[in-house]
Amino acid sequence: MAEITLEKVVKRYGALGVVHGIDLTIAHEEFVVLVGPSGCGKSTTLRMIAGLEDITGGLVKIGGQVVNDLPPRKRNISMVFQNYALYPHMNVRDNLGFGLKIAGQSPAEIARRVTEAADILGLVPLLDRTPAELSGGQRQRVAMGRAIVRNPDAFLFDEPLSNLDAKLRGQMRAEIKKLHQKVRTTVVYVTHDQVEAMTLADRIVVMKDGNIEQVGTPMEVFNHPLTTFVATFIGSPPMNLLPGTIAGQIVRLADGTEVPVPDRLQRFVRDGMAVQLGIRPDDISPVGHGLSQDGPGAEVSLTVDLAEPLGMESLIYTRLAGQEVQAKLYGPRIVAPGEVLAFRLALDRAHLFDAASGKSVRAH
Amino acid sequence: MIRALTTRRTEMAPFLLLLPAVATMLFVVALPLIFSLWTSLTPYKLTKPNTLYDFIGLTNYVRIFGDWDFWEAFLRTIGFLTVALNVEFALGLGIALLINKITWGQRGLRTIMMFPMMFSPILVGFQFKFLFNDHIGVVNNALQSLGLTNRAIPWLVDAKLAMFSITLAEVWMSTSIFAILLLAGLFAMPRDPLEAAKVDGCNAWQVFRHITLPFLMPFAYIAMAIRSLDVARAYDLVAVMTDGGPAGRTELLWTLIARVGYDEAKMGQANAMAYVSTILSILFTWYFYRKLVAARRYMGGAE
Repeated sequence: MAEITLEKVVKRYGALGVVHGIDLTIAHEEFVVLVGPSGCGKSTTLRMIAGLEDITGGLVKIGGQVVNDLPPRKRNISMVFQNYALYPHMNVRDNLGFGLKIAGQSPAEIARRVTEAADILGLVPLLDRTPAELSGGQRQRVAMGRAIVRNPDAFLFDEPLSNLDAKLRGQMRAEIKKLHQKVRTTVVYVTHDQVEAMTLADRIVVMKDGNIEQVGTPMEVFNHPLTTFVATFIGSPPMNLLPGTIAGQIVRLADGTEVPVPDRLQRFVRDGMAVQLGIRPDDISPVGHGLSQDGPGAEVSLTVDLAEPLGMESLIYTRLAGQEVQAKLYGPRIVAPGEVLAFRLALDRAHLFDAASGKSVRAH
Repeated sequence: MIRALTTRRTEMAPFLLLLPAVATMLFVVALPLIFSLWTSLTPYKLTKPNTLYDFIGLTNYVRIFGDWDFWEAFLRTIGFLTVALNVEFALGLGIALLINKITWGQRGLRTIMMFPMMFSPILVGFQFKFLFNDHIGVVNNALQSLGLTNRAIPWLVDAKLAMFSITLAEVWMSTSIFAILLLAGLFAMPRDPLEAAKVDGCNAWQVFRHITLPFLMPFAYIAMAIRSLDVARAYDLVAVMTDGGPAGRTELLWTLIARVGYDEAKMGQANAMAYVSTILSILFTWYFYRKLVAARRYMGGAE
């Protein structure tokens, strides 16, 4: 059992605070992804779990044991680094077996477990090569193999795919997911790529400026973002945010456009409240070219500024309430700039955020 | 016709361009080498130029291989080389590791570390000769003042102590070469494999032994290749400090060669020894160079 618990964990470098007291519990065998922009403290948090950074304050527990003062080697975790961090002077076989050799395993046992890991990751033909003779994807697989041979309590991944090209990244992402299905272990995975977070995680932890913004399953985080930051960070293209004011059951946008307050949010709003209306590009579509046609909606006429056809769908740049918004058009249809179309806003999937705090009105 | 000429001219161009380099090499390297090889096959004496034309085959070589003085100098040179290189490597590594830990004043220390290399070996020899002088030397004075001994230790007179003193001077003068090169290696070392090793279960010593040291070895081999050439031709320090004495007990190959060639004027025989010495140097360099190439093959994967 390896549950990882962070209690009020703080990291400071001198006067500079990097992580400001975060609380997080990662369940046994859970795949948790820490996601956020650079400098949000996600890597630092991971390195504190690994023992590669001192913990300034708070407690880190692995399997119930406080590990604050344990060196990395006593934490029974393994880590996959962004730059693979293979041992350049050892061949793949020795790279995989190094941890076991240090742990004093017998050569027969090392050979058995190295072969097993190499089998899982398709590394058998590469066992006698040195890292210099491997491609980026192969190196990444060796790094993963090195992590799994030791049978640790938890895997820590530090942006493992960001050095790979887009195609390989997609492949490796799928491999990591498959690997976790085969080798059930607690995983903490750090990335700045929201697609990786969405596809891999059991739970996503969105971080910003050393704080946790939201914790939840990918669908929770996507469908019910708690802050404007989460709303715009998760999902691509990002959610459109339109400033407005509540007037009864209506959101009055900056240019006077009026949109009804979604039913499910009516009980959270007060008259005169300054808000931001959040609506994803997928939920603004020309009539007849949206994801859903039923449910409450509002229709507005908008002028197309720019259309980016992607095949089955087009991304449309237009202006709503004096602000550039992105919209999606589903189905193959050519749209010309300057064309005026009737767009439907799917209000059942719209969000309202308090303009001052940036928090979802539901959170009040 | 014109076309044929121009074509020929373009064909000649590479050779013409190479000519100065080839000529220089011939004149500076090949000619002296051939000349000295020839003299090693004659009883050439500087005082009797005509002996240059008496071909005597391998007589000089047979003579030196049967000469115990030569073998003693030969073995002593290899011993000196081995001890000096190993001690310099160990000390240089220690210094580099320590300096690498320093965050403040590192540049200054790096410069100070280079000071011994800035002195002429002859001056270093003189300085150590005075330090180790049994009557007026600082070393004996210090030992006596501290009450560690009341004798005048004959640092440069006792055969074993003399060799020790020379080695010490050599180490003092050249440890910084190792330190500088190994420090460069430490600066170039990627941090990730070190952290990976820590997570993989290594304690500090194991990280050093299995990750840092293998990474530094190419740098050590470069230093060793340079230093093995240097030490194998050691002459100045020894000539100044003991001049091969007492009774030939600190005689190295090159002090012997100089004595035979200039003092005894037997240039043919001296050149035969020089040839053996050169081959020895080549062997050392070749050995370290091979180690270097082998070690560098995997360094591409360090990133």
